[in-house]
Amino acid sequence: MGILEVKGVNKRFGGLQALGNVNLSVQENTCHAIIGPNGAGKSTLLNCLVGKLIPDSGSVMFDGQSVLGRKPFEINQMGISRVFQTPEIFGDLTVIENVIIPCFAKRDGAFRMHAFENVSQEKAIIEQAEAILADVNMLEKRNMHAASLSRGDKRRLEMAMCLVQEPRLLLLDEPTAGMARADTNNTIDLLKEIKEKRDITMAIIEHDMHVVFSLADRITVLAQGTPLVEETPENIKGHPKVREAYLGEAQV
Amino acid sequence: MLGLNSKDLRLFLIVVVLTIAAPILLNPFPVESSLGQSFNAGYPALLQRFVIFGLLVIGFNILFGLTGYLSFGHAAFLGVGSFAAVWMFKLLSYNIVPAIILSVVVAGLFSVVIGFVALRRSGIYFSILTLAFAQMMYSIAYSDLAGKFFGTVVTNGETGLQVYNDDPQILLGAGDPKVPHLFGLEMNAQSVVNIGGWQFTFQNGYYLSALFMILGFYLSIRIFRSPMGMMLRAIKSNQTRMNYTGLNTKPYMLAAFVISGMYAGLAGGLLAAMDPLTGAERMFWTASGEIVVMSILGGVGTLIGPIVGAGVIKYLENIVSKINDGILHGWFSVFPDWLDNFLVTIIHPFIGKGWHLTLGLLFMAVVIFLPGGLVEGGQRLGKLFRRGKTTEAEEAADATRQRNTPAE
Repeated sequence: MGILEVKGVNKRFGGLQALGNVNLSVQENTCHAIIGPNGAGKSTLLNCLVGKLIPDSGSVMFDGQSVLGRKPFEINQMGISRVFQTPEIFGDLTVIENVIIPCFAKRDGAFRMHAFENVSQEKAIIEQAEAILADVNMLEKRNMHAASLSRGDKRRLEMAMCLVQEPRLLLLDEPTAGMARADTNNTIDLLKEIKEKRDITMAIIEHDMHVVFSLADRITVLAQGTPLVEETPENIKGHPKVREAYLGEAQV
Repeated sequence: MLGLNSKDLRLFLIVVVLTIAAPILLNPFPVESSLGQSFNAGYPALLQRFVIFGLLVIGFNILFGLTGYLSFGHAAFLGVGSFAAVWMFKLLSYNIVPAIILSVVVAGLFSVVIGFVALRRSGIYFSILTLAFAQMMYSIAYSDLAGKFFGTVVTNGETGLQVYNDDPQILLGAGDPKVPHLFGLEMNAQSVVNIGGWQFTFQNGYYLSALFMILGFYLSIRIFRSPMGMMLRAIKSNQTRMNYTGLNTKPYMLAAFVISGMYAGLAGGLLAAMDPLTGAERMFWTASGEIVVMSILGGVGTLIGPIVGAGVIKYLENIVSKINDGILHGWFSVFPDWLDNFLVTIIHPFIGKGWHLTLGLLFMAVVIFLPGGLVEGGQRLGKLFRRGKTTEAEEAADATRQRNTPAE
């Protein structure tokens, strides 16, 4: 049993079968990549995992509990954090405040009426936030406005915001989309470091084969809403079905 | 001290001192002088409005300033608070304690219901929903629909609600004052001090309202600096990230909405405590619009901005509207007649009933040149004066400090 079990998930948008009978099993402490050509249903699948979309049928179990019908914030409280294609951070807040907020969410739950406490007196939380910023080499930028950060730093900050919650599963939606080569390599290094330092399960959706082969332990290839193969990176490279999905039958 | 950092504490103490000294500071001219007749604002009826509307906008700022949700129906809570307070006067006695408690509670209940519905939408739809609710409440109050439904009087329609001699007033003792009072301390009692040509009026009602405004201001600083204040700013910044960080934005929003509704209810209760009558016009949409204008004029999301905005607008409303052509001719009598007449013709549209024109121009200038409100203007001025002395390093440190506390 994997930590995340997706069974027979279907999702239709009008006449389009976005997901057709998707089965997926993500094992604990591995990095599982989901790849596929444009329109394969990768993002739809991810949105079904985090509660943004509800599948028409099938089940999504996380650590033995169904996530279906739960709201995104409830799913996060179960231990699933998500990194977006374009970093979603609190642009109007400072870098340190950006990481303090997930600390509160982790400690106090989805809502607490803490209107008369003082943030500056939450020593433990501030220490925790500073530690994670040090981990991603952003401590010296703690008082900067998050919106004024570079794209790469925004990505690091978003990663820090997810990691500080110590999620059991980290979902990454094309973390290097639209990045320059150097930035992509930095992100790969950051993710590798995270993987080595922490016991963390990652599921990554990615277009860039370079990223996938540098990080993934298992790869699932999705095409037209259906998983084609699930294999190790070595076995995926020359797989005829994968070539077919990416390049079209004529060239096989 | 008081759970505030040194900078907030300084701001708080400045507000406390200015509020206490307001009856003196706002009467800078001798009472008989022509300037004193026109510009002295230190009389109780106006001072009360400064602090009560200051309190109202401080509460509004907790919602609009922190979360960015623009409620366009906040005057409804003010009106509800006033009606609740007057009913307490009618049923119990002129003691303001039950009146003020009930006004806060009733406004809180109304804001729970309205907030629960309106907060299902954000942006312009939220504003329209709150506006619709407020206008419905205004119509109900104006036609006394609730009263007709129960076969009695609830808001007393166009006449407005006031206390009559045959009202029950079951707690009214034989020797009790016939005006709103706090355990015998009459709200409209005042002591007048004459020093030379100057005249200062210290009124109980003003100081009671000022006490509530100071408490409300203190509470708002605490909320701004609390984890919840941070959550509310985060909601303004990025709701998607809030949801995917495991935070439920709905109860946070509702809490902010209800807190600010209760501030409005308290302000309404105080208005009634100063003058025990009220009418539906207090809930009209222009009254809600005025709250929004006060908030933006002073500086949205700043601590002191609401007080500044409320003060400036109430000052213009009461002082500029009082100036008439006769007073202008008096000022310009030193000039030759043609120049005197010319100046009066130019200024005429901006004074008296035209004070809205002055306000409109001021508002436009602030929104265009000082998007952070009059508070930003003050900060720029302060920096200009300090520039001569400070070194570059200090300025850098200053900039960092400002980033540290974006919601000053």
